Amino acid sequence: MAKEDLIEVEGVVHEALPNAMFRVTLDNGHKVLAHVSGKIRMHFIRILPGDRVKVELSPYDLTRGRITYRSK
Amino acid sequence: MKTKDSIRIKTPAEIDILRKAGKILALIIHELECSLKSGMTTKDIDMKADSLIRRENALSAFKGYRGFPGCACVSVNEEVVHGIPGFKVVKDGDIVSIDVGIIYDDYYSDTAITVGIGNIDPVRQKLLDVTRESLYKGIEQARPNNHLSDISSAVQRHVEKNGFSVVRSFVGHGIGRQLHEEPEIPNYGAPHQGPVLKEGMVFAIEPMVNVGVYQTKILSDGWTVVTEDGKPSAHFEHTIAITSKGPEILTQ
Repeated sequence: MAKEDLIEVEGVVHEALPNAMFRVTLDNGHKVLAHVSGKIRMHFIRILPGDRVKVELSPYDLTRGRITYRSK
Repeated sequence: MKTKDSIRIKTPAEIDILRKAGKILALIIHELECSLKSGMTTKDIDMKADSLIRRENALSAFKGYRGFPGCACVSVNEEVVHGIPGFKVVKDGDIVSIDVGIIYDDYYSDTAITVGIGNIDPVRQKLLDVTRESLYKGIEQARPNNHLSDISSAVQRHVEKNGFSVVRSFVGHGIGRQLHEEPEIPNYGAPHQGPVLKEGMVFAIEPMVNVGVYQTKILSDGWTVVTEDGKPSAHFEHTIAITSKGPEILTQ
């Protein structure tokens, strides 16, 4: 049986925290603490609660992630 | 932080049990393949798997695993993996992926094949051949002193060279006293990354290959994975042990 790889998942930003950290509720129900990737910061893309985003999860700690994409 | 991050090395005695388990599972899946006929339902296939597992005095590794209701995952055409056995009828022209896992003497073995029913179109036939070949290309890399992602990279190269795509969201895995152990073995990636492979590691390598795009989604039943574009997908899997001389396929 194949194992689900949780490396890149999507979710909705739940709340904004200081230092460009966000609580994101993933599609699978998990809540993670995510920071904004450098690429997004570089292009001055704003992320707000309610945005749909792609989050890259660390396989070493599934409660932390990196926001890599904000869907239109 | 995970406390136990490393890949469990199995002792020769454990590998011996895994070898026995693999042989039994190979027998089961072979008989299952021979019994496939157009007109069977996916539940019929699952029940046959169940009776074969019982006959061999083994236990199903899947039934009850995280709530999965069957002994086998039966996935037809655009279903990639984890198809729940039900009333779907397999017919001429379909490709059916059967994934079976057993527990023998407390050790797990996991294998999968994709079979064409009757006459299948050339694209499906090519999909089966390429997926099967990519599994063997990946297994070839499973030798001491290679890196984990050498397996992943070999699978991806072979698949993409033939114009198909590699499923990203599901991965192979270590196996032994549990069904899913460390490490995760993706079917894509750059070579020479990840842990160094050592003798005694036991992996379930399982490329999942799509005709169309690589993206997949999970149906509302919470299990069945389908391709985003509805095009067919194939899946082959072997449980292998890494020996000092290279890979040993246990499920054959």
